[in-house]
Amino acid sequence: MQSVFTGPVFVVGDNIDTDQIIPAQYLTLVPTIPDEYEKLGGYAMAGLPDSLYPIRFVAEGKLDSEYPIVVGGRNFGCGSSREHAPIALGSANARIVVAESFARIFFRNSVATGELYPCECLDRLCEILKTGEVVTVDLDACNVSVRATGKVYRFKSLGEVRPVVDAGGLFNYARKNKMIAAQA
Amino acid sequence: MTLTEKILARAAGKSGVQAGENVWVNADILMTHDVCGPGTIGVFKREFGPQARVWDPDKVVIIPDHYIFTADSKSNRNVDILRDFVREQSLPYFYDVIDKPSGRWVFDSSKGMLKRQYGSNYAGVCHTALPQKGHTRPGEILFGTDSHTCMAGAFNEFATGIGNTDAGFVMGTGKLLLKVPETMHFHLEGKLQKGVMAKDVILHCIGEIGFDGATYRAMQFDGPGVAGLSMDDRMTIANMAIEAGGKNGIFEFDAQTQAFVDHRCKLNGTKSAYEPVEPDKSQKFVCELVVDLTKLEPTVACHPDPGRRALAKALGHIKLDRAYIGSCTGGKTGDFLDFARVLLGKRVVIDTFGVPATPEIVHDLQTARWGDKTVWEILVDAGVQMTENASCAACLGGPVDTFGRMNTPLKCISATNRNFPGRMGHKESQVFLASPATVAASALTGRITDPRELLS
Ligand code: SF4
Repeated sequence: MQSVFTGPVFVVGDNIDTDQIIPAQYLTLVPTIPDEYEKLGGYAMAGLPDSLYPIRFVAEGKLDSEYPIVVGGRNFGCGSSREHAPIALGSANARIVVAESFARIFFRNSVATGELYPCECLDRLCEILKTGEVVTVDLDACNVSVRATGKVYRFKSLGEVRPVVDAGGLFNYARKNKMIAAQA
Repeated sequence: MTLTEKILARAAGKSGVQAGENVWVNADILMTHDVCGPGTIGVFKREFGPQARVWDPDKVVIIPDHYIFTADSKSNRNVDILRDFVREQSLPYFYDVIDKPSGRWVFDSSKGMLKRQYGSNYAGVCHTALPQKGHTRPGEILFGTDSHTCMAGAFNEFATGIGNTDAGFVMGTGKLLLKVPETMHFHLEGKLQKGVMAKDVILHCIGEIGFDGATYRAMQFDGPGVAGLSMDDRMTIANMAIEAGGKNGIFEFDAQTQAFVDHRCKLNGTKSAYEPVEPDKSQKFVCELVVDLTKLEPTVACHPDPGRRALAKALGHIKLDRAYIGSCTGGKTGDFLDFARVLLGKRVVIDTFGVPATPEIVHDLQTARWGDKTVWEILVDAGVQMTENASCAACLGGPVDTFGRMNTPLKCISATNRNFPGRMGHKESQVFLASPATVAASALTGRITDPRELLS
């Protein structure tokens, strides 16, 4: 299981709600239909106001992002319970969100779908890092190291949540641990 | 134990639970809609197999309501996916847009946005439809694939929003693993003054604790002030628990709750037995707040989050382009009556849109008479664009042809519940959340206005 991820970060502020992560007009796409799952990735973070975020998370016309790691502030993923939000980020090839805190349903959906590792960092990384800076996230050591400065920031252990994401989500995890029957 | 802990303990088959504990609970109702239903069904089939049956057909309630009156073909298709699943599984509680079980839903935009385009089974916005159709009962556990599922906490039940994967799991097993939340206590005292509404109560509370102040927590509302709040009022308050990050909001059970629930279960022939939860003598709260309803004033949550609290009277400098009344939170009959009281005999000066949450509310407004006019006529005469097509409409933006959607960067005052950037359409638009009375007063002046200035 991959536990170290290196790449450029995409940095956002506080209170990024799920409407900004995947705007409501794209919720017509059904995540379990493979072709629509792919399309959701293309719209990931499309709801961020251009005035605040001149750099796009996913370049125009692309389905994947160049940023495997998203850095946010407080209350990341608040608002609507749409599972399309962690799915859009995952479909765009993001694997990790490091934020000061997460909204409950987004956190749970990230884990249940197995799309993202939601890491809660005690430092306000959204004010320390800039979009495009390269970092390494080590899930075993629970830290983020910044390539340019060499500085290391710790995040809370993912605890019981980690093996669920590792397994690829709630169902795979539950089957692996014999909590539900093997696939019909 | 607190009300939430008592319900979770019961649903887990335990004599007691503690905040922080993880427990498996049995669901009483699983609700889904057209936006998350197709994905939930997709997860259910992928994980349990193409031949799988839902765990209990009487406990699955499917309510298309979000993207209905739009020509967007995927949206129309999503309603069809729900219908096909309902037929395959013989689910009794499906509130279809059309009457024909084998039909396909196509919205006809040539007929315009205002005239009714739904059949006799359609129920409108899920959270308002659930109680109207007799699916909310005290002491029960309700899961819904929508964050505002917490609205049903008004009926003394545990109700919370979940994602498609969790919902797919519930659909197959009837169970879900939950962490017991800590409970925050809101003790309501006094009585709301003229021009002040339930919406002001919850905007006040969210302002007190912050937009994430209830994250992972239950919000319990009780105290002598509750008796003066109607069921519509309690729904408005419980609905917005999620806007402070709450897992659920919950009220005590009283005679009003009982009268409402008994009437609705009987009317619809749904299950009528239930067991409310009463508060224990000793309850452990993570924090306690006393809210004196008498002292509250018309309150607004400013762009861009529901925690940016200000008093309406201090925001008179904010000019508006648009006013909107609708949604699960602000589009109930009581909301429209308070809205109409402010508008009566006057005319709005900015574009004003009215979207009742359910067809039943449309009917109420078209039959309630004040003098020689119906309330509906009073609103139309005041210049409000009223649609009969009850749905979520522009509350969450939706496809670009959605009624009332902001397709340019406008400023709007709205009786809805959420105002993050882009919520009602254009991502540079701004939404100010307020009570129906404040929305009405502001529509009359074109700037944010305290309704008490206009109510004599
Ligand atoms: S009316 Fe608005 S808040 Fe209510 S369910 Fe619909 S979209 Fe959600």
